[in-house]
Amino acid sequence: MAVTLTPSAAPVPPARPVRDRHHRGVSRWVVLALLTLGALVMLVPFAFMLLNAFKSPGDYSSGGPLSWPTEFYTKGLRTYWTTVNFPLKFGNSAVIAGSVAVLGVAVSLLNAYALGIGRVRGRLWIVGLFLLANMLPQEALIYPLYYVAKQVGLYNTQLSVIIIFTVIQSAFGTYLLASVMGTFPRSLLEAAALDGAGKWTVLWRVVFPNLRPTLAVLLIFFFIWTWNEFLIPLVMLIDNQTQTIPVALASLQGDRLMDAPTTNAGALISLVPAILFFLIFQRTLARGITAGAEK
Amino acid sequence: MAVSETVAATPPAATPTPPAPSRRRRGRNAAYWLYLLPGAVLFLLVIGAPLVGTLYLSLTKWSGIGDPRWVGLDNYQQLLQDDVFWASFRNTVWMLVAMVVVPTVLGLLLAAVLFDVIGRRFKPRTAAALRAAFYLPQVLPVVVAGIVWGWILRPDGAFNSLLDAVGLGALRHDWLGDPGTALPAVMAVMIWVQIGYPVVVFMAALQRVDPELYEAAEVDGANWLHRFRAITLPQIRPETFVVALTCTIAALKVFGPIFALTRGGPDNATNVPSYFAYYTFFKKLQVGYGSAISMVLTLIIVVVAGIFIWMQARSERRDRGF
Repeated sequence: MAVTLTPSAAPVPPARPVRDRHHRGVSRWVVLALLTLGALVMLVPFAFMLLNAFKSPGDYSSGGPLSWPTEFYTKGLRTYWTTVNFPLKFGNSAVIAGSVAVLGVAVSLLNAYALGIGRVRGRLWIVGLFLLANMLPQEALIYPLYYVAKQVGLYNTQLSVIIIFTVIQSAFGTYLLASVMGTFPRSLLEAAALDGAGKWTVLWRVVFPNLRPTLAVLLIFFFIWTWNEFLIPLVMLIDNQTQTIPVALASLQGDRLMDAPTTNAGALISLVPAILFFLIFQRTLARGITAGAEK
Repeated sequence: MAVSETVAATPPAATPTPPAPSRRRRGRNAAYWLYLLPGAVLFLLVIGAPLVGTLYLSLTKWSGIGDPRWVGLDNYQQLLQDDVFWASFRNTVWMLVAMVVVPTVLGLLLAAVLFDVIGRRFKPRTAAALRAAFYLPQVLPVVVAGIVWGWILRPDGAFNSLLDAVGLGALRHDWLGDPGTALPAVMAVMIWVQIGYPVVVFMAALQRVDPELYEAAEVDGANWLHRFRAITLPQIRPETFVVALTCTIAALKVFGPIFALTRGGPDNATNVPSYFAYYTFFKKLQVGYGSAISMVLTLIIVVVAGIFIWMQARSERRDRGF
């Protein structure tokens, strides 16, 4: 995303007025209709979820998955809320994802500062190593991590998951930030150095403020990725007190309690935080991606 | 996104940098190693050491208790004769189709149409709303997506009811329970999950393409398909590489959806290497064998990533050559 192909900014004539040829033609309506259809197909599963989350089991078994609920039934929702102890799981997920997002960005920033701006020797190899680390299948790490966590008493603690994901996410963050910092205007750094600023000051006073949009995007990515992670939390977190939302929901799969309405209610509740988060940060995301692309 | 030193490479940066870094400069840079220290220590503890550990375990037989017994390359030899192992990698190829090929191609088309047709000829809100609809599945925790789809595709699930409702009841099927349809069904779910990612990235990429390019092409009478091939595709090639690479890695590693949808079944019809490794580690307690599966998967990922990065570097060099 940091690669900028400035398409030979040849001197261009001042912007022409928009011709209204753009606003003619039937074909654009056909395109719109097709895309809308596609978008609706994408949304169908969410509609199913919504339709069945508020249906009583009796209603479901007589009317099937497509029937309109005869009453607004919220017991499925409440059953899920209490059996899973959703507030606790939500808190667990938030603590883990939040800590990883902040710590991951901090570690990425420090690493990338040395690699992108410090240009330490062998940086290309180091960046490559980080990138590779992010791509490794977690199965290649999980057993030793699980074994050692058990030995040192970190098994079934959120701290273990936080440490692991801080490293895994910051491996990607280092790669991204190092390439962004590689294009950081040298003149700014040199000016700061002339003013007698040390490296630490330059990092916080010059580099950090300039990279804030990119860091915000990274923070959000880390949060969402960690929120959705599955294998490592599944292995590391085994009881109700520590589990995250996806693990809790998956471990209830096939449980007697989880009839269709409860399953849908559970999925619906798990979706809410993610959607809220997405809506809140959508703007930041769009801004940050373009900011990153324009370096 | 390439590890680029574009600053040095682009001609406009005409600030005459002093040739040959002086000794002072090198000394100055050495202090930056300190900033790398915390990251490096964490990296060694959480990634380096466990990776070496798994490599060692793959050369042993171990149930997780007592001492591992050294067996050399036995596990790898056994893998080559293991039908489940081969089946899991065959399924990975299908996952690549569902998670890389289809989403990238479809995503390119969707993004181009959303940006070029919808974005410019309707209100911007329309394009944003459509984009959000395609992106929504990406927001859903993938395991939750798996659980919901598992229910939709059940014999008494919503999909079969939908078939009934539109008069196609004859097609009712146990989509995930039949070895013949389980893999296509999982693939369809993965396309649904994955498609939003390329759409969003490509649309962001298109925003940095100079609109004048399109305008000029239009004046020259180029139709949409011409513009797509001559402008859109080459301009967003860096992003296409990134999307293809990240999706490929995700497809090779896919675990959560398989766990939630089928647990690799029925009869290994949807088993994939990462689920196979997990199952071998924690259900069959064959740690050595599971480690060997993981190491093979790791090797494949490293090779594939290497090829991608090499291709990306080559294409960038070519661009600069022109």
